[in-house]
Amino acid sequence: MSSLSMAVSDTLVLAGRNLKRIPRQPDLLIAYTVQPVMFVLLFVYVFGGAIQTPGFDYVDFLMPGIIVQSIAFGGFVTALGLSEDVQKGLIDRFRSLPMSRSAVLAGRTSSDILLNLLSLAVLLAVGFVAGFNFDSTIGKILLGVVLLLFFGYAFSWVFALVGLYSSSPETANSIGFTAIFPLTFASSAFVPVASMPNGLKQFAEVNPFTTVVDAVRSLWLGTPANSDVWMAFLWCVVLIAIFAPLAVRRYRVVSA
Amino acid sequence: MSAPAILAEDLYKSFGETEALRGLSLTAEEGTILGVLGPNGAGKTTAVRILTTLLAPDAGRATVAGYDVVGDAAALRAKIGLAGQYAAVDENLTGRENLEMVGRLYHLGRPAARERAGELLEQFSLTDAADRPAKTYSGGMRRRLDLGAALVARPPVLFLDEPTTGLDPRSRNQMWETIEERTAAGTTVLLTTQYLEEADRLADRIVVIDHGNVIAEGTADELKDRVGGERVEVRLEDSGEVERALGALAGLGPEQPVADDGWVRVAVAERKGAIAEAVRRLDGEAIGIDDVVLRRPTLDDVFLSLTGHVAADGDEAAENEEVRA
Ligand SMILES: Nc1ncnc2c1ncn2[C@@H]1O[C@H](COP(=O)(O)OP(=O)(O)OP(=O)(O)O)[C@@H](O)[C@H]1O
Ligand SMILES: [Mg+2]
Repeated sequence: MSSLSMAVSDTLVLAGRNLKRIPRQPDLLIAYTVQPVMFVLLFVYVFGGAIQTPGFDYVDFLMPGIIVQSIAFGGFVTALGLSEDVQKGLIDRFRSLPMSRSAVLAGRTSSDILLNLLSLAVLLAVGFVAGFNFDSTIGKILLGVVLLLFFGYAFSWVFALVGLYSSSPETANSIGFTAIFPLTFASSAFVPVASMPNGLKQFAEVNPFTTVVDAVRSLWLGTPANSDVWMAFLWCVVLIAIFAPLAVRRYRVVSA
Repeated sequence: MSAPAILAEDLYKSFGETEALRGLSLTAEEGTILGVLGPNGAGKTTAVRILTTLLAPDAGRATVAGYDVVGDAAALRAKIGLAGQYAAVDENLTGRENLEMVGRLYHLGRPAARERAGELLEQFSLTDAADRPAKTYSGGMRRRLDLGAALVARPPVLFLDEPTTGLDPRSRNQMWETIEERTAAGTTVLLTTQYLEEADRLADRIVVIDHGNVIAEGTADELKDRVGGERVEVRLEDSGEVERALGALAGLGPEQPVADDGWVRVAVAERKGAIAEAVRRLDGEAIGIDDVVLRRPTLDDVFLSLTGHVAADGDEAAENEEVRA
């Protein structure tokens, strides 16, 4: 078997493994869909009245932001799963097999795409109920969906590295929620960057979350795109180019 | 003669301050079982991890099935099966799914992987539980599933790190039979164990390691001969007569008799007539005998005399658990 077809076949076997596990861990699935829904309701109905978004209904402004945040955190399943695999010795088993060295990680990150598609559908459904509407062409809306899934995939590689450096799922959890989660708030996801104090504002402007959120807004709501859309795709490529090799390198030496 | 299936030369490995391996060398000829015996922390698992390509040695070299464990690691992995010290099964998959997944990762192809999974489930008495998630399995069932995973591709070299720890006697016997079947079919096995009885029963050769180094090696018989020949052991009716019994038995063998826990032991040079002579001497002194046996030294005796402590040392086991946690 050629090394490429081996990598593809091994990745599919492992992605299949991850997908089989999902319905058997209903708690994970619930956390995965209920939490973003809670966020939508919280922001629209609790904070929404207090946040000024000139030119938009808050729910229209919010939905792209909250969807980008949830999708980026979809990869969290990868961090939890990998740290558990390390702890339980499964990574040792995989590393002793004549399989592709990237397949365990690629299997994880690619099965995240399906989970993310699911969470996107749930979020949009809740968004419509809360009053969200697209204001764009079907082609641009779909490009927005592609961008979201690509960004989610890129973030899965970030979380793959987090998972491999965490000695337990609990550690992965705390790295995710103390180091990465706050980054999503220091962006244009929930409030306009213009309303932020100096310092934070400059940070938010260069934060890739802002770029991606603004790109999705332009694709879904028809706001001026400027360079955001292609910059957003570029960010995804850059994240993968940095984190995928780091994660694979870590995988080759990791031990419980 | 062909090259040994497992050859390790002068392996060193440190974890920070801890020197886990300090010049470990060992060999196993094709089709034989090598027993690696050693107390907690001796370096058994570290050696297995190096030989299965999971860990690179700091120094030294090793080949398995002719492949260098560092340079030819990728090719080597197709030739080995590993059952690590802690059962590595995916708890959310069923037993059958676990084995099929491993089969497909050995690239057996889907139908062959499925068939092989069925065979192994049967062989390890897991058929009834085959379609339940492994998280519902008992410790022993997980262990058996893990062993099954190591055997999926019928690899020519098997590494089993304490394969029967936590198994009940029936499962242990089954496991021993499975291992013997594999070697009868030409497989080479390296097996670490804390159970001397297990090494005695299975291993063609044994290496005893302590502090990362081989301290003795040979067949079980050779090791036992190193601690001396057979011994007569007598239990007295009245333990108050120990002193007199020691006197009566002095000179029966080359060494002085010793007393321990109501038994008096004496090593004898010659098996023949030893019991009769011991009984005659004690009878002559009118010392009552409750029980008398003639036995070969066990590997426990070997272990004790080589390392100065017994094989499964409770305190050290607890200490080791802490290190892993
Ligand atoms: N990853 C690691 N990091 C730090 N120290 C380690 C690591 N792995 C092993 N050690 C140390 O190396 C030594 C040898 O450990 P090893 O696991 O090889 O022993 P062992 O013979 O398998 O013991 P046991 O019978 O308890 O399984 C021990 O002192 C252990 O604490
Ligand atoms: Mg060990």
